[in-house]
Amino acid sequence: MKYLRQFAARIVGQSIRIFARAITAVRADWQGIEPVPKQRVYFANHTSNGDMPMIWACLPPAMRRTVRPVAAADYWLKNKIRAFVGPEVFNCVLVDRRPEVKDKPMDKIIAALDEGSSLIIFPEGNRNMTDDLLLPFKAGLYNMGVARPHVDLVPTWVANLNTIMPKGEVIPLPLICTVTFGAPIHVKEGESKDEFLKRASDALAALAPEDRS
Amino acid sequence: MNETTSDILLLAFGSFGILFALTFVGEVLRAREEPGFNNPVLDTYMTRVQSWWGMVAFVGIALLLGRHGVMLLFALTSFAALREFLTLTTKAQADHISLALGFFVVLPLQYIFVGFGWDGLYTVFIPVYAFLLLPIVSALRGNSERFLARVAETQWGLMIAVFCVSHVPALMTLDIDGYQDRAVLMIAFLVMVVQLGDLLEYFFGRRIGKTRIAPGLSPKTWEGVACGVVSAMLIGGLLNWITPFGLFGAMAMAGVASLVGMLGSLVFAAIKRERGVKDWSHLIPGQGGFVDQLDSVIFAAPIFYHFTRYFYT
Repeated sequence: MKYLRQFAARIVGQSIRIFARAITAVRADWQGIEPVPKQRVYFANHTSNGDMPMIWACLPPAMRRTVRPVAAADYWLKNKIRAFVGPEVFNCVLVDRRPEVKDKPMDKIIAALDEGSSLIIFPEGNRNMTDDLLLPFKAGLYNMGVARPHVDLVPTWVANLNTIMPKGEVIPLPLICTVTFGAPIHVKEGESKDEFLKRASDALAALAPEDRS
Repeated sequence: MNETTSDILLLAFGSFGILFALTFVGEVLRAREEPGFNNPVLDTYMTRVQSWWGMVAFVGIALLLGRHGVMLLFALTSFAALREFLTLTTKAQADHISLALGFFVVLPLQYIFVGFGWDGLYTVFIPVYAFLLLPIVSALRGNSERFLARVAETQWGLMIAVFCVSHVPALMTLDIDGYQDRAVLMIAFLVMVVQLGDLLEYFFGRRIGKTRIAPGLSPKTWEGVACGVVSAMLIGGLLNWITPFGLFGAMAMAGVASLVGMLGSLVFAAIKRERGVKDWSHLIPGQGGFVDQLDSVIFAAPIFYHFTRYFYT
């Protein structure tokens, strides 16, 4: 039964990847890093529920096998299908965002890093529905950088997804999506939390394509 | 095996022969390089030749499958071209439904109309019905910001990527005396004369080109274009046995298609320059996107279609 579920997860994963490629022709642009299996935390902008599957789909197979997206438990455990896709297809690290739960999200994240996994995180915390390029970052990225300083923190910009599938629309548009990976950053010695988060946010915003409007 | 099939196979093997020669030349040059040295020009050339192998194989198989294969190939090409084009156009969330209609309703309907040969419909469907109805759908959402730019650019995308591209398979629906099932060969003729003309225009432009046609836009020169068009006419003359045009007719049609195509690619160069991109996408290795590869065929197709229809039906 366990192997059967694993097999089903593989098939669903491949289908999601092929679907993403066929519809949006998603492409990775390796500006600041090489596509090699190295332990990294990919921190990305978040405008749509499709962001995480897009980044996941454009990673080469060896990197996809070791990457674990950090995702909200309340979203991925809502029903049986999500509870299969989130933890088993994408191998998510599920964290509970509710304040009343005593579960410490950072412990789970550090544990995932210690087992050698790379992570995908969305440091804005929520989907960005505003006209601003990015929302202020939450402290999580800084805490990871301090706790495990050898891990590369890679800014990752997902372009176009808010046009492909804006909030409130039902049909996705088949436009071309590009995922740009920037140069890795680390927490510098003596750098304060706010300084670091500002620098991380700027590094990510620098990857955004220029607005032609 | 009927005559049409054997002619398609002959063309396909002829093209493979040319590609084999090009690949051979590239491999010889590569073997003569010093070890550890990479020549970027040669690498680009080899990637392009590899993409050409794929394209000849795809078009060859589609032509052998006949009408349905060709329809499917060009419908998918339209989809890829429209996706590249609309990725770069001005749009707002208010256009979401009209853009979705463009991809999922207008595009399939256009190919269904072409498939049934309803020329009264497929020649006006996008320029009239889509032109009038899609802006209404956008306007209903009540956002007037950059409205004209949004609807105009969407319509341009549909005209180029769907309307113009669909005129290539539409050649099969023309009723030419004594030519019936050989109509599929006209597609091979159009694509070959235009693309080979482009290739030779590039080659001669590099060798003897001096006077730029549109400096600041494209490296195309009048000398290159003249040589390219003359070459296309000669190739058209050599291929006249697959057309209903006769020797001089085939040369004239090839010349017109090639000239319109080359000047059309200037238009695409201007759009790319304005949007600040080098290629439309990355989907064909070494060539950029589908629109980069097909820009001249896209421009030539409706003109070629209407000339054929006016003079030969």
